[in-house]
Amino acid sequence: MQVLYAVAALGGIGILFGVLLALVARFFAVQSDPRVEAVREVLPGANCGACGYAGCTNFAEAVVGGEAKIDGCIPGGSETAKEIAALLGQEAIETVPLVATVFCIGDNRMAKDLFVYDGIQDCAVAMKYANGFKACTYGCLGLGNCVRACPFEAITIGPGGLPVVDKEKCNGCGLCAKACPRNIIQILPKGTAGHLVLCASHDRGKSVTLACEVGCMACKACVKACPQEAITMQDNLAVIDLEKCDDCGECVAACKPGTIHPRRNLPVAAPRPQDQVAV
Amino acid sequence: MEKLISIIFIYIFVENFVLQRFFGICPFLGVSRKMETAVGMSMAVVFVMTLATLVTWLAYTYVLVPLGLIYLQIVTFILVIAGLVQLVETVLRKISPTLYQGLGIFLPLITTNCAVLAVALLAVQNEFTLVEAVVFGIAAALGFSMALIIMAGIRERLELAKVPKALQGTAITLITAGILSLAFMGFKGMLTL
Repeated sequence: MQVLYAVAALGGIGILFGVLLALVARFFAVQSDPRVEAVREVLPGANCGACGYAGCTNFAEAVVGGEAKIDGCIPGGSETAKEIAALLGQEAIETVPLVATVFCIGDNRMAKDLFVYDGIQDCAVAMKYANGFKACTYGCLGLGNCVRACPFEAITIGPGGLPVVDKEKCNGCGLCAKACPRNIIQILPKGTAGHLVLCASHDRGKSVTLACEVGCMACKACVKACPQEAITMQDNLAVIDLEKCDDCGECVAACKPGTIHPRRNLPVAAPRPQDQVAV
Repeated sequence: MEKLISIIFIYIFVENFVLQRFFGICPFLGVSRKMETAVGMSMAVVFVMTLATLVTWLAYTYVLVPLGLIYLQIVTFILVIAGLVQLVETVLRKISPTLYQGLGIFLPLITTNCAVLAVALLAVQNEFTLVEAVVFGIAAALGFSMALIIMAGIRERLELAKVPKALQGTAITLITAGILSLAFMGFKGMLTL
């Protein structure tokens, strides 16, 4: 008899909840657009926020609702835009894949430190103390705000104390560029063509040389050397126009501190020009 | 009334569920990384624990005791709590999408947690009346929330500290939890029922 009570009681509670759940599911059903779920499926799912929405689900809702553009997902790029377009029956738009590039090669051998910083390991906090511990007030502090900002684990701090971007993993969402308090990271179109001046210092010649061995000292040698006239001086910093650059490499030879590097072979730990091995 | 007040203080400070009884360590370590998620989780816990004690107390007193099935309490409580939370989730989704978004992912997470089951079991073990049981549920949940929010605050600051390599990650979190628990041992014996 006791056994029957037990079975009846537990079974009864189970059936009661089963019926209640079924009824509630019926009367409180929420109508949702199945396309939102479908769009959500093709998104990368990193919730990085590069699209301007809080997360992938919010972006999916906005796309289906017509508020956001189908190529709004920067990390997903053309691939995702095409898939969303197919789902929503719209024309696909070609987007240019992007990649983050660090414009500083003043690693811990090249760039001098003013003092030993032992505080909170955060670039923005470190800048509160005498504008950073580096002699160069434009250079990378290497405390990894960009690393922490990256939802794709595409940036690591390399052996020289500078961030290294994994070009395979990076999809140019630009969160690292926003996280960098010194604005050293730029988002460029993906590719290996062209040369870059890997320095962010707007200081004049001598103060750059004192602070860093590989800084652009605004000597204009590269401007004169470039046959394409692709290099201009902007506020004491040489800037190469990637549209005009034809990869001839004259500027690399002309640059005394060795600030200019070809994009196909960006330095990782910035070896000194004198002990650079000829490739 | 006096008993209700002492229940509140005992289960928030003296017999804190996380720091003294060591229930619900999983969410305590899992969702205490950010203050935002910790607060969301806390609200879900208060919600679920209050409801769970109410319903399990009723099931215990009006179904299990009259039928002499007290030995089935654990199974019944699990069944009742799981069913109830599912029910509330469905209703919430329709009635208040904002609240659902805030509590959404935390509700199913907390359902199968040992802290919730412990509230239900302890409420009947201590022979509380219905009102006492509900107040006990709220107090236990508030104690849990307090521990979780304190932990989240500490961990957010810890993120910026230089932790020795061997202690980074889980190790320093567990040490922090241990010290926090030790601090709360100071309340031991201040109040008893």
